[in-house]
Formats: sequence, structure tokens, C-alpha cells
Amino acid sequence: MFGLSKKDGTLFLVVIGMTLFAPILLNPFPEGSELAQFNAGYPDLMQRFVIFGIFAIGFNILFGLTGYLSFGHAAFLGVGSYAGVWMLKLLTMNVVPAIMVSVVVAGLFSALVGYISLRRSGIYFSILTLAFAQMSFALAYSVLTPITNGETGLQLALDDPRILGVSQVNGSIPPTNFFGFEMRDGFTLDIASWSFTFNVGYYLCAAIMLIAFYLSIRIFRSPFGIMLQAVKTNQQRLRFTGVNTRPYTLAAFIISGMYAGLAGGLMVAMDPLAGAERMQWTASGEVVLMTILGGAGTLIGPVLGAGVIKYFENIFSKINDNVLYNWFSFMPDALQDAFVFMIHPFIGKGWHLTLGIMFMLVIICLPGGVVEGGQRIAKLFRRKKSGPADSGAASLPNSTPAE
Amino acid sequence: MGNLVVQGVNKAFAGLKALNNVNLNVQSGTVHAIIGPNGAGKSTLLNCFVGKLEPDTGTVMFEDQSLLNRQPHEINQLGVSRVFQTPEIFPDLGLLENVMIPAFAHRDGSFRLNWLPRIDNEAEIRERAEHMLEDVGLADNKADHAGALSRGDKRRLELAMCLVQEPRLLLLDEPTAGMSRADTNNTIDLLKRIGERGITKIVIEHDMHVVFSLAQKVSVMAQGTVIAEGSPEEIRGNPKVQEAYLGGAHL
Repeated sequence: MFGLSKKDGTLFLVVIGMTLFAPILLNPFPEGSELAQFNAGYPDLMQRFVIFGIFAIGFNILFGLTGYLSFGHAAFLGVGSYAGVWMLKLLTMNVVPAIMVSVVVAGLFSALVGYISLRRSGIYFSILTLAFAQMSFALAYSVLTPITNGETGLQLALDDPRILGVSQVNGSIPPTNFFGFEMRDGFTLDIASWSFTFNVGYYLCAAIMLIAFYLSIRIFRSPFGIMLQAVKTNQQRLRFTGVNTRPYTLAAFIISGMYAGLAGGLMVAMDPLAGAERMQWTASGEVVLMTILGGAGTLIGPVLGAGVIKYFENIFSKINDNVLYNWFSFMPDALQDAFVFMIHPFIGKGWHLTLGIMFMLVIICLPGGVVEGGQRIAKLFRRKKSGPADSGAASLPNSTPAE
Repeated sequence: MGNLVVQGVNKAFAGLKALNNVNLNVQSGTVHAIIGPNGAGKSTLLNCFVGKLEPDTGTVMFEDQSLLNRQPHEINQLGVSRVFQTPEIFPDLGLLENVMIPAFAHRDGSFRLNWLPRIDNEAEIRERAEHMLEDVGLADNKADHAGALSRGDKRRLELAMCLVQEPRLLLLDEPTAGMSRADTNNTIDLLKRIGERGITKIVIEHDMHVVFSLAQKVSVMAQGTVIAEGSPEEIRGNPKVQEAYLGGAHL
């Protein structure tokens, strides 16, 4: 199937299914119900899920396979964003050139950064990449203002030349489109009290993420991918085995930089503006968290990690004290106050605290991230099934015999 | 093919002369043992052959090509493989992958952006790796992670990793150190079998049993220099050698 092994093919099909039906899957609660605030199936957030999914998939090709921990990948995302906005300003509101140029520019920039940073490994490599990203961030804010528009951020304007398109439509900036399909378009499906929004922009991002995910599976399972894994486990041995590790790590670095650029390009395709804060070290740290939280070195982990973190950022941060009072309204007043007081630090602006605790728990209890958690649960079920009688073993050819 | 000529190699570390005018002539297809007490400079000498160290002066010629001023991977691509004193394998990967990686390096050279084919579909490389694992007696646990192997098995795996590359010169740094007598004998048998392939081998070894059952020629090193050279029989009776060894043992 698609040139993948049976197991990977199944995983890919599941991911296709989940991204296709995400607008439905992520909106499990009826509109207007108390739990509706936990719905994540609105276009803006879904777009972010898949865009950061792409970012994390790319980061995982570098970190998950070679073990080189880059702390500056947000720089490539930022550079891609700026390049994308410039394409939208100068060329056309069709997002295709913008996305392609984002990838190319980010690739070139990562070739430069990688060439220099990969002279060192371990913590020194991390610091070098961090330094590059912070330099980019600072330059975007100051010296490069003509290109980046400094603090305001790079935006579209009514007098953009746009040589292959029009500068304005009826006195306003035309929307981004994919060969005529506008990114913000979509339709809403109402079934009973549920409401599902299918958005063009999301499906474009989802399609690109599926391609990106597919490519990453191919890389993971290829001879090239196995060399990258060998770099992680014993680089010294690999050198004495006749392999020049530098071009391998550089290739991985550039590929992951291009993924970051792709994510940046998609961001501006959805919302055409780019700011320097996208390159700040917190943004670089975020993708590290996503990858580790989901499971570094696993195929699906980074996507899951990106989903979890973006969900927390957008949903948990919206719960406020009023909502809490509502939940605990069945309690006596004093108890209600006490509960709200206790939970207050973990919600709203305190969502970082919840995320931090969750991150620590995952690192300590499940070093393999969410994916390892899933595997353990799956193992538990298998053991239960095959436990009482041996009949279960026949139906699960791949299961390991119970110890 | 496979001959190594070392002439006048010197190497000093902060004033300490680790290698002092070392000359060595390893003939094609032979097993050449280097013995000597600890600190004699045996491993340092080997490091000069594989690009880990650069000698201060002297030449190291392999098949009329200099091995000096080259990266480790370039030297390997010339046909020189090395088994390390402590086994160097890929502990996080499976046994089969451990052997497939050097096989890829042998086929594809030092770099190839070979991302399109699936590793499962590389039937030829896979077969060779499986065959190699069988050869060293590790075929039964090819699904295991290499890191879980015993020390002796790791060494055999490393040997398989080197042999799958069909090297013309194989450097073995104490291939039986830390092995039981049974494992040592297995390794000797294995090395004898691969001896039939005509690979030139340099063996550093403390175990005289191993040296005398394998080597056609023995060089004895002490204090950074070669003090004696000859057939195993000649070396056994050489008073200088006995002195160096006894002196070393009592220090």
C-alpha cells in the first residue's frame, strides 16, 4: 500500500481518516451545550493543528533520527513566513508560489545554519542553533525592518504590486486562494444540534500535511533513514564504517528546515501576516516540547504532541473562573469557592502550568511520550484478551506471547 | 593487495614518546600479530592506521596509498576495517540493521541520499547481512537490540559488521579480551575461517594462545618501539621478549 509496509500503511490510512474527518471528530459536543467549549473543530485551530504537525514532523526527522537537538528551528519557520508574505505581496494571492518559495528560502537558510552548527554536536550544537535563531529574531526586529517591517510585522497592503494578480478588489485586499478556492471559504453542516465546519484552508493544509507525513515515513524506513538512526546511536562507529556523517546530518537538517519553512508558508497562506515573534526561542522550544511529548523518533508522535499542545493553548486557556463556578454550582458555596480557588492556577492564563505538569509526568512516566502510552494501553488490552484462554493469540498474529 | 608498510612512525603526547620510530611490514594475506605489555603503544599504532591519530612523522602505506591525512571514513572506503578494543556497535538498533549499515556503506560509498527505496526491499543487502550473522553464529537472535548482547556476542557482531564490507585489511584490537575460554576458541575458529578469504589481518592480542594459533608473523612492541619480529616460534624463544613481558608484568 503506497509502497509502505503493512503496519506503516495502516498507520497512514488512520491518519488520512483522522485528518479528513477532523471537523467532525474534533466537535463531539453539541453546539450550545456546556461542553461545547472543549470542541476544537473550528477552522483556525484545525489549521494550527496540522501546520504545527508539519513543523513537528520535520523537527522529528532531525531530532528523532539523528539525535541532534536544534533549539532554533523557529527561525526557519519565521523565514518561511516572511518569504511567503513577500510572494503574496509581489506575485499573486495564489498560495502555491508563496508556499513553494517559503520552503526553498527556509531550505537555503537552514543549509547555511546547518553547515556551521553541525561542526559541533551535543549541547554546543544546540547553543549554536539557538544563537542563530535569536540573531534572526533580533535582526528581524531591527536591522532588517525594510524586509520584515519590524515590530509591526509584515502585512499585506492595498498598494502591493502583485504582478500576477490584482492589488485590490473593491477597495480591499483580496483573500488568499488556491487556484480560485479562497482559503477562508467553507461550508457548515448542521446535524441536529451539532455544527461541523468544513474549511478550504484546513483541507489544503491537511492534504499537505499528509504528503509531508508520507515523505517522513519513507525517509524513516529508507537506507538514508537508517544511517540517520546510526548517527544517533553511535556516530563514531559509523565514521569508522566508511560513512561520512556530515552530509547525512546536514541533509537531515535541511530537510527539517524545509518542513519548518513549509509550516511557515502555510501559516501565511491561511493568515497573511508574519511577525518576528514567530522566530523567538519560545517558539523553537515549543516544537521541541511537541516532539518529546508525542514521542521523539516515532512516526506519529510529533503530530500528536503538536495536537496536544495546541489544544491546551487554545482550549484550556479559555476556561475562566466563571466557567468553573458554573461547573461546581451543585456544591455548597464555600466548597465551590474552595474548588475554584484550587483549580484556578491551572486554567486560563495558567494553562502553561497544566502543560508543564503534564510534560513532566510524561517525561518521567512515559519517556517515549504519548505514543509509548498508547502502546502500553494496547499491550494491556492484548494481554487481557489472550490471558484466560489461548484463543486470543490466533486472532492477533503480531502480538508477543505473554511472558 | 592488502599489504601495509609502516615506516619511521613517531608520535608524542606532551613529551611522552608513545611511538618511537616504528617500522612494520605486513604482507598481503597474512595474519600479523602485535604483542607487548600494556602501554607499549599497540593501540596508538592502530589508531594511526585508521585516521583516529596522525603520526608526527613517518609514513603508513596501504596498497601503495598513504593512509595519513585522511578521514576515518575515507580509510574505511579504501578497504580497511577495524574491530575496537571495546566493541563499537549500534546498540539501539537491531542486529540485522547493525550489519546492514556497513553493507550499505560498502555499496553506496561514504554518502548517498538514498531515501526512496524501503530498507525491507533491499533484498541483496539483507541477504548478505543475514548470511554474515549466520557466519558468526548470531543468526538466531537477529531481532534483538544489539545493546542487549553479551560482550562476547557484541564483539562477534562487530566482526560481522567489518567482514560484511569485504575489507582487504582487517585490524583487530584484542578480539578475545574479556571472553571465556570457550568463546575465545570460537573466535579463533571464526578468525581462522575468515583467514581463508585472504584478508590481511593485524591482531593486537595479550592472549598468547590466540597469537600462536593464528599469526604467521609476530611483532613485539615495548615502550613505543618494535623490539623483535619473527615467526611465533622465533618470538617464543627470544630473551628480549621475555624480559619485556616479565618487566611489564611486575611494574
